[in-house]
Amino acid sequence: MSIGHTLLGLLEAGPRHGYDLKRAFDEKFGHDRPLAYGQVYSTMSRLLKNGLVEVDGIESGGGPDRKRYAITDAGITDVETWLSQPEKPDPYLHSTLYTKVVLALLTGRRADELLDTQRAEHLRLMRVLTTRKRKGDLADQLVCDHALFHLEADLRWLELTAARLGRLAEEVRR
Amino acid sequence: MTAAPAGSLLAATGLRKAYGSTDALDGAEFSIHAGEVVAVMGPSGSGKSTLLHCLAGIVPPDSGSIVYAGRELTSMNDGERSELRRTEFGFVFQFGQLVPELTCVENVALPLRLTGVKRKEAERTALHWMEQLQVEDLGAKRPGEISGGQGQRVAVARALVTGPRVIFADEPTGALDSLNGELVMQLLTEAARSANAAVVLVTHETRVAAYSDREIVVRDGRSRDMERIV
Repeated sequence: MSIGHTLLGLLEAGPRHGYDLKRAFDEKFGHDRPLAYGQVYSTMSRLLKNGLVEVDGIESGGGPDRKRYAITDAGITDVETWLSQPEKPDPYLHSTLYTKVVLALLTGRRADELLDTQRAEHLRLMRVLTTRKRKGDLADQLVCDHALFHLEADLRWLELTAARLGRLAEEVRR
Repeated sequence: MTAAPAGSLLAATGLRKAYGSTDALDGAEFSIHAGEVVAVMGPSGSGKSTLLHCLAGIVPPDSGSIVYAGRELTSMNDGERSELRRTEFGFVFQFGQLVPELTCVENVALPLRLTGVKRKEAERTALHWMEQLQVEDLGAKRPGEISGGQGQRVAVARALVTGPRVIFADEPTGALDSLNGELVMQLLTEAARSANAAVVLVTHETRVAAYSDREIVVRDGRSRDMERIV
């Protein structure tokens, strides 16, 4: 995720202090990974240097950074461009799981066990996410659903690969 | 054959069932505790539906043991098994299988009426479960007048109305879109857990299985408890 663009987007609603920005980010997008303060301030410095934000005011009092930031016209254009560009889909062509399956077959290990172990691990995470989704708000549900659909795709691949292990073994040992 | 886990409400060991020369079950094992939701997964034709039918006393296995609440199912006669299905078990199928001529509340009350409960009392209990499944407003409608998702929730209410100790759900979301499927699963598992009923959930969808506490995979008639994988 582009932290810079996300913080810029949050600034479009109105000027904010660095601390407010971090809080808004964590609340909306942080989930399991809250932003570090250092990351917020270093990002804001970069945006400031590039003319995408400006300092709207400085509060008196203690604290390392009491600056209030506002987005500039150039910043709004930057957000607009970012939002209008499609994200590059991940081609998923470099799979660690695939590598492990092939190596297990090449070295005479139990690839079916490997697939079952992975399946159990995936389902464990899916249960955790489903519980979180059940107890969460709509934002939580959407974030968890995104993860659940990806895990489901992995599981379908695991099932399909398990069904084709015999043929794959013949091919990799050729 | 391994012994059933201690304290299980329903447990099967060494189940074998053949249809002609085809082995549908080949030594399958299963166990479930009260209030637990167990997903039974596996490819098409793996034997998962046969396992459910054996566990529910619908189809007798060729060999093996099925113990429900300390009683051996395979030793019961047809009448005893029917009685068990009527009073202790609840069923949800892929297509609700509601009676089209009856209203929704009559459908939900039907299992109680079959055990001799008076109409008024049966419909009062039915309405309680329809509220749990958020379909209480559909009581006067007939199955043909409601959506598939609503029908499936009515079917879940019907499965719960007798206070069963085990609910057998065979692809309960198979005919629904994602959103309705999720709602059915959420309400089914919440209602079952609050009633301390166990749920045997046959599904091929992993997102549906994720509503369970544990998963059994059936392949070529043999079962594997995924929780026992380290």
